[in-house]
Amino acid sequence: MPKLLTTEQMAEFASSGCLFFDELIDEQTNKEFLQDIGHTGIDEVDSVQDFYKNIKATSSIPRIPAGKKLKDAYPKNSPLEKIFKNEVVAGAIESLVGSSTIVDHQFLHITFPTKYFNQANQRQMSQQNHQDSTIDPRSTFDIQVFYFPTEVTKEMGGTRYHPGTHLRIVNEFGIAKYQNIKGQKSIICKPGTIGIFHNGLWHGAGVNFSENIRYMFKVRLQPTEKQELLWDPEKKYQPLPNRALYWTDESKDQTINDILMKPYPWQEADTNRLDKINVVKFWRLLTGHKKMDVDYWLTRIENELY
Amino acid sequence: MARRQQVLVLYLKFPSLEAEVISWATFDGTGKKLHMTGDSDEPPYPTGLDALLDGWRLFQSSQAIPEYPGQEFRTSYLKHEFFFEKLEEGDF
Repeated sequence: MPKLLTTEQMAEFASSGCLFFDELIDEQTNKEFLQDIGHTGIDEVDSVQDFYKNIKATSSIPRIPAGKKLKDAYPKNSPLEKIFKNEVVAGAIESLVGSSTIVDHQFLHITFPTKYFNQANQRQMSQQNHQDSTIDPRSTFDIQVFYFPTEVTKEMGGTRYHPGTHLRIVNEFGIAKYQNIKGQKSIICKPGTIGIFHNGLWHGAGVNFSENIRYMFKVRLQPTEKQELLWDPEKKYQPLPNRALYWTDESKDQTINDILMKPYPWQEADTNRLDKINVVKFWRLLTGHKKMDVDYWLTRIENELY
Repeated sequence: MARRQQVLVLYLKFPSLEAEVISWATFDGTGKKLHMTGDSDEPPYPTGLDALLDGWRLFQSSQAIPEYPGQEFRTSYLKHEFFFEKLEEGDF
């Protein structure tokens, strides 16, 4: 039975554009996945191309035509089928893109360690920041599910990402000139961790300075239905009433609105207000409450009397 | 003796050099250091003004462009971009 996300987790996703589930997948499945793709030491790898060729030839990862239903995508009892059947993974997917989601594409990202670049006499560089695919002004959103079968340490250069950037509409590597962005994070995790990104989240791969190969299996999923209250089929969510602005409240309890209005260190003094407005607009779509607001951001400018 | 350019790009919190740095990039034409994406979590200077005080010469900054009608709430690239340079002479 899929374990749907909580309203707090949905608000976190609406605000930051990402969610993480640490050490979610069991050790046995991680082991099966690594065996299936022919995980090996860097000394055994002659070239990136040959390594991928071998994975394509021998692993259970199938060729998936774009648009295929996720539920029919992976072979029975394969490690990937088990991962997507995990109740937390299935619940998060259902909450964000529905139960009849389709696969856009999948890719096993492999980041080789320094030794490989030295042997190949190549410059080892990190991947520049980018937003996947292309300019995407839709209200509908896709998700990218990331699976990390091994531990990712700091020196392995796990995926760099920038929380709160997912609603900024840019053109793929048009953001590559931002070498470093305040508040940037890198995924450092235990084996079996699952991450879920909004398709708009800015990110890039780090440099692997360790001695081991780093893997990240990614699937991009699209919804086939409206993404409204999918995590709350009984429609229990109700927006909070207005609160006093510029008023220090003694309450220390974090509300859904506090999660939605979280500031990020990279945001400009002027544009961060638009970022907040866009989170409220996103939350309106997710909840179906077309007039809901947080801290009067939209109500104020919708009070047009002429 | 040759002359090489070092470029520092700072993105600031608002369009004035005393504003806080929120994003940064460095490109070193002397070849002494290879900078790359994600190589530092702390900015090289707290503000744009601090870069000037350390000898960086400003040579370009972003213009203020009014939001396109109907697109006022669309957010995109970082807005307040400042390009600085230092010229270094030596045998490269």
